[in-house]
Amino acid sequence: MDNAFITGKLKTRFTDGIISTDETSDMLTVVVSKEVIHDVIFFLKENQSLGFTFLTTLCGIHYPEQKLPLGVVYHLHRFEGNEKIRIKTFLPLKNPVIPTVTDLFSAADWMERETYDFYGIIFEGHPNLKRILNVEYMDYFPMRKEYPLEDQTRHDKDDRFFGR
Amino acid sequence: MNDALYTTLNLGPTHPATHGIFQNVLTMDGERIIDTEQTIGYIHRAFEKIAERRPYYQVTTLTDRLNYCSSPINNIGWQMTVEKLLGVKTTHRIDYMRIILMELARITDHLVCNSVIGVDSGALTGFVYLFQERERVYEIYEQLCGARLTTNIGRIGGFERDFSPEVIKMIYAFTDRLPKILHQFEQLLMRNRIFMDRTINVGPISAERAINYGFSGPNLRAAGVDYDVRVTSPYSSYDDFDFTIPVGTNGDTYDRFCVRQEEVWQSLKLIRNALDNLPEGKHYVDVPEFYLPPKEEVYDKMEALIWHFKIVMGEIGAPAGEVYHSVEAGNGELGFYLVSDGGRTPYRLHFRRPCFIYYQALPEMIRGGVLSDAILTMSSMNVIAGELDA
Repeated sequence: MDNAFITGKLKTRFTDGIISTDETSDMLTVVVSKEVIHDVIFFLKENQSLGFTFLTTLCGIHYPEQKLPLGVVYHLHRFEGNEKIRIKTFLPLKNPVIPTVTDLFSAADWMERETYDFYGIIFEGHPNLKRILNVEYMDYFPMRKEYPLEDQTRHDKDDRFFGR
Repeated sequence: MNDALYTTLNLGPTHPATHGIFQNVLTMDGERIIDTEQTIGYIHRAFEKIAERRPYYQVTTLTDRLNYCSSPINNIGWQMTVEKLLGVKTTHRIDYMRIILMELARITDHLVCNSVIGVDSGALTGFVYLFQERERVYEIYEQLCGARLTTNIGRIGGFERDFSPEVIKMIYAFTDRLPKILHQFEQLLMRNRIFMDRTINVGPISAERAINYGFSGPNLRAAGVDYDVRVTSPYSSYDDFDFTIPVGTNGDTYDRFCVRQEEVWQSLKLIRNALDNLPEGKHYVDVPEFYLPPKEEVYDKMEALIWHFKIVMGEIGAPAGEVYHSVEAGNGELGFYLVSDGGRTPYRLHFRRPCFIYYQALPEMIRGGVLSDAILTMSSMNVIAGELDA
């Protein structure tokens, strides 16, 4: 199964929902709108000719300078032909709500909780959406880029001198 | 159903039978488990966040502490991810050295897990036998890099030093010695009536559920799915070697035990093959931006001094891009999703930790069983707290 076949399938089924496709990185990367994300994952998993039945990872990402800064990245795997696909979707910082995929993959349960824990992305329909690795009374989402790791009082390690 | 009839039992966070710090709040009906709620995160160290502030070469100290029973696999997996991003091709010698180390690590990982299954079912003897052998592997690490548990082994582009004749001798000695001990261990447990009664049909999971739960590694193969990253997406020249991937049928504790046991034999074969056919050559490839130059050169060569300074100060950026690379770690597909924006540190690094993903299936696997079986199921899944909590 080649990438053109998959993108063709997705584009005919979802038309405007597919924002962009990219084949320059190590695997086919498809950016979809959050309205269709659940349907896209469902389609990839259940469609006879596709059959991506293994959810490899699900994680968040934060690009503060983007219009839709928060992202969720899914890696799906099809064992039969050993094909992998990366699905991305982006959300606004305010009220980042996205449908859960726990109904499709039991594995998504903790992965979504982890993403919520780190980025504050709310997975609608998740059976038990609460923090998993951090303490429950934490009142911020630590993986967002506005929380720098190093001590802000230090001046000897100015980021500008190190390319960031 | 009256809730008042049930008792609540806290298994953990620190309990000798959980082999790590995680809690299970069990709802029990006498000896039967009705349900369990898992609490994890007790040793969460925010590795993904820390990695966003670390130059690429410093991330190995974090990956060391993921699955600390087999840290070389994690380290080498990370180094191969960076090499994939940089487009660096390693030589066969480096690949074979990596295979030897990764398979040694897999052996220690499986030895710990299987001997602990023995302990939890009441057979302490095998544990003592195998831990002595694990010690030999740690001596090999020590000889090679000076460290035992958190080895920080390997570098982006190869190894910090070559295998010395002493190391090669030690590895040969280990592969000569282990089969005898392994046979003794198998004679103790494999066809032992008590052990079989305690493990067969304990904590089973079907292949379909296992895939849905994102299982990988020995746990998935015990359920009958022949998915092994070493075979499906060969890395580090694994495709040069001939080895068998054992699969189980029931996905129960006994099958997981047997799959791991057979994998140890296969790993031994791989190590012997790689060592016998180890090509001549250098132990690193030319990646001056990431591989520290030899110390002698730093003192009297301009070029080497500059690279040394730039690497140590973490001034060198990697090309922008994103990669996903996975290796077959001791307990499954260990994946690294790396996003680089061209800076000196990863923009985002996500670890796909196999036991974080499959440990969530525990309630389904132990529901309806008895407490002592739950302990065995948990130890046969090989949940390593460091990897679970990252």
